[in-house]
This record gives sequence, structure tokens and C-alpha cells, in this order.
Amino acid sequence: MSKKKTERRDFLFTATAAVGAVGVGATVWPMIDQMNPDASVKALASTEVDVSSMNPGKTITVLWRGKPVFIRRRTQDEINEAKAVKLKDLKHPEKDEDRAKNPEWLVMLGVCTHLGCVPLDQKGDYNGWFCPCHGSHYDISGRIRKGPAPTNMEIPKYEFVNANTIKIG
Amino acid sequence: MSDHEYTPKSNFGKWFNDRLPLLTLANHLTDYPTPKNLNYWWTFGGILTFCLVTQIVTGLVLAMHYIAHADMAFDSVEHIMRDVNYGWLIRYIHANGASMFFLAVYIHIFRSLFYGSYKAPREIIWIIGIIIYLLMMAAAFMGYVLPWGQMSFWGATVITNLFSAIPLVGEGIVTWLWGGYSVDNPTLTRFFTLHYLIPFLILGLVVLHIWALHVPGNNNPIGIDVKKPSKDTVPFHPYIVIKDAFALLMFMIVFAFFVFYTPNILGHADNYIEANPLVTPAHIVPEWYLLPFYAILRSVPDKLMGVIAMLSAIFILAALPWLDTSKIRSAVFRPLYRQFYWILVADVLILGYVGAMPAEGLYLLIARVATAYYFLHFLVILPILGFKERTLPVPLSITEPVLGGSSNLAAARDDSRLEKLK
Repeated sequence: MSKKKTERRDFLFTATAAVGAVGVGATVWPMIDQMNPDASVKALASTEVDVSSMNPGKTITVLWRGKPVFIRRRTQDEINEAKAVKLKDLKHPEKDEDRAKNPEWLVMLGVCTHLGCVPLDQKGDYNGWFCPCHGSHYDISGRIRKGPAPTNMEIPKYEFVNANTIKIG
Repeated sequence: MSDHEYTPKSNFGKWFNDRLPLLTLANHLTDYPTPKNLNYWWTFGGILTFCLVTQIVTGLVLAMHYIAHADMAFDSVEHIMRDVNYGWLIRYIHANGASMFFLAVYIHIFRSLFYGSYKAPREIIWIIGIIIYLLMMAAAFMGYVLPWGQMSFWGATVITNLFSAIPLVGEGIVTWLWGGYSVDNPTLTRFFTLHYLIPFLILGLVVLHIWALHVPGNNNPIGIDVKKPSKDTVPFHPYIVIKDAFALLMFMIVFAFFVFYTPNILGHADNYIEANPLVTPAHIVPEWYLLPFYAILRSVPDKLMGVIAMLSAIFILAALPWLDTSKIRSAVFRPLYRQFYWILVADVLILGYVGAMPAEGLYLLIARVATAYYFLHFLVILPILGFKERTLPVPLSITEPVLGGSSNLAAARDDSRLEKLK
């Protein structure tokens, strides 16, 4: 067979297929995207928490975007302990300073990075949190120390609106 | 397949059958030649069909009273249990029906493993079966979420989080599955929709499963090809129908025992506590039928590798017809395979047991050994065994070991006599 010349018909086939593919894509995408978070879910993006009644050594759990957020007012001992940990001992090395801008206050998502359970407060081998589902141990900075979780507990975006109020999100 | 021509007796039957050959199909199903040595392990196909129909019928009724909303789902289930006429019965049948369905499917799968029913020419039947099994797990998981108890919520959280192990896109996929930033109302409504859909997908696949079965016909306990129809076969109706019906009756006694005497024994007490996103139950355990895979997931210390191991444990089954290199189907004639088969059964039971225990200490060690053995069985032992094993002599027909002499050979001799007469 001789080399096939590109004809007008080939152009028509290619163009038809291309338009068809775009059409299918444009039809399928809304069907897929409808499952993503909707406007009402996204609207609940931030939460303000009053922390004025919290003493050192106390943790509270608040709900933000359907997920628990731990707010712990750490004691001086705990802060010292968190800072004393060497980075090379960590599975996911992060300095405590980077996790708690104000070292007295640790604000983090109370969600185990393994499969999303809520770890228990003041449990486990590292004086921090322990996830009962699959046995991940976190230290007092919420860093993973032992167990299947791959990373430290996440720090959400937050700020102190004033001395007594934390805004998460 | 019995390919003899079928002609309905009545004129209307003929008229109808010419236009839609339903009567030919019915005739095929009743006359369908079945190996006459099928034992009771072969009755679980019929039992599984019964389970599927039971789940569809009771599920349909439950859906008339259930409300798929995060604020109302838990109460609506209690409403079914307390207020709806016979609601308790229907829900207990549905909930225990799922367990009975898995009990039957595990027996059905292990029967295939013992008698080599997955081997050529039945690979497609087997693979369709694995897809049905996967869909069953999806349906069971989503159904368990619907009552919106603590186990529902946290089971859903853990299982959907498995997808977050996928590099780069994992988190996006999980958010997409949830329709939010955690398991919540959007998750519940979509799970309800899919839970309603999947049984009908399974029903369609069951039709394909049976269709594919009717092409080569049933395997049998001695795993040989039988001539159809012959002295080695009996018609499906009435022989197999009666046997299946009797087995089904026995199965229903077990089913009824659970429904009426211990309806909650296979569930978790935690699921009678309404879902609370702030508190994870002390010990999250999936339903018993998923425990072996859960044990595999937890035995691997790395998140992504754990998920890969768990999924591989299921998908490896689809490759089984090619991993098992032995030409002999039935374990009856494979003395070594028979022993490895029972070790595998024990291995899976051990995995199920440690899956229900906390993942630490000795349990974790046992889970790791059992997981390693599970893969060893399929990836190393089975392929090698096919070449190394000295199998026992296989009879030429089902009749031969009983009557001495093969019905097939006898038939062949008859044919040669006919030749001479000509």
C-alpha cells in the first residue's frame, strides 16, 4: 500500500471525534463535580472560639468543618518537652515553634493522619495523643512518633482575633 | 448447553416462542444437564440467589420508612424498630441477611477453591464472581453507614480515608467522596443512593454469572469434563431443584436462628449510639466478613502499602485461574494442594480473628505472619505446586469408579459397533 494521503474526510473524522470528546467531557464533568463540597458546606469555613476560661493543661475540642479541632493550653513543662525533642527522632520532622506560633497554645486538627479517627487526649507513649483505631502515638506537639500514621496532625489556618478568641479557618 | 430444538406444544406457545423464545429458555433451564455427583457444597449458588432476593425485598421495604438525613437517620431506624408494623423483623432480616449472604458467599468461594472451579474453561464465571463479591462488600459497607450510629460514622471515616493514601490526588478524592470536609449529610445521602443501586448491579452480574456457567456447565467434585447429556448427568429439574430447595431450607433455619434468637450478635453495640464526629469509639471493628482484609491492612506499618496490600489480597483472586498451574481441577486428586488448601482456610480464619483484636503485641505479629502466608499461598505455592505435585489418577467419568468402566468409553464402543453395522 502506498502512503495514505490526508484527505478532507480524515479531517472531518478527526474534527468530529474531537468535538464528540469535548461534548462527552462537558456532560460528564457536572455529574462528577456535583459530588464535591457544595456552596453551603463551603460557607461554614470559619469558626470563632472563646478560650478565656481555659487554664494551662486543659484541652478543648471544637467542631470546624465537621472535624474536631483540639485547642490545648500547654503547661511550661509540656512546652519544654516539645522543644527538647530532636528533629532526627521524628518520622515527620517539624519544629514545635513551627507548629505552635504562640507556644502556650497548640491548635490542630484532631484527626489522625492515618485513617481519620479522633485521637484520645493525654494518652499513649509520648504524653500526647493516642489514636485507638490503629495505634498511632503523637507527642505533646501533635507529632507522629509511633504507629501507622504517616504525618503529624495537621495545623489548620487560625489566628488570635484578640487575647481571648481564636478564629479557625 | 443443551442445544436440542425445543417446540412448545400449544399453538399460542409456538406463536409466542417464535417472537420471544422465553419458553426455549425455560426449557433449557429445566433440562440443563448437571453432573450427577454434585454434593451439598454446590447448593450455595441457589442459596446466594435467595439471599440477594431477600436483601432486595427487605431493603425496598425499609427504604419506605428510612430517612436518609444526618439529623434523622438514626431516629428513623429506631422508628422502624419500634413503631413500624413488623419493622423490627424486616430490619433484623436485612441486617442479618447481609451476614448470611457473606457466609454463603465464603462457602461458595471456598468450594470453588477446593474443587478448582475457577480453572479453564470457567475463568470468566470466576472473575464475574469476584466482581460480585467486590460489589457485595461495597453494598454492605454503605448499608452499615445508613443507621448513622457510631460504628457507621467511624467505619465510613476510616474506609473513605483509605483513598487518602493515594499520592497527590488522595485528599481531593476523599473530599469528593464525602462532599465536604468530613463524613456528613452529603456522604449519607450518596451512600444511600449507591446502596440502593448496587444490588441491582449485582442482579445483572448474577445473570451473566449463570449464563457463563451454562456455557461449559457445572464443574463437579471430581473435577472432570463430563459428556452432556450422558449417564454422568441428570436434568436440573427436578433433581437439582429438590436438592437446592432442601439445602436452602436448612440454611433458612440458621438464618432464622440469628434473626429470632440473637439478632444483634453479629453487630456492634456502639452502633446503637448516634454518630458523634467528636468521639471515636475505643475500638473500631468492621463487620466480621471484612475482618481478614482489615487485619491485612493493619499488619503493614505504612499507610499506602497497607492499603495496597489489602486491595491486592482481593484482586489476587481474580488472577487465580492463571496462578494455579495445575491441570487437575479437584483437590480430591491433589494430595498436596489439599493440605495447602486447609492451611489457607486456617490462615484466613486466623486473619479474621486478629482483625477483631487490637493491633498490637502478639496479635500484630500473628497478623503479619498470616498476611505473608496469604500472599505466599497464591504467589509462590500455587504456581510451583502445579509443576511439582504428583497427582492421583483421575477417573474418566463419574460412573467409572462406581461401576468400573467408563460411560464415555462405553458410549465410544457403542459408536464403533454402529460404524461396523454400516
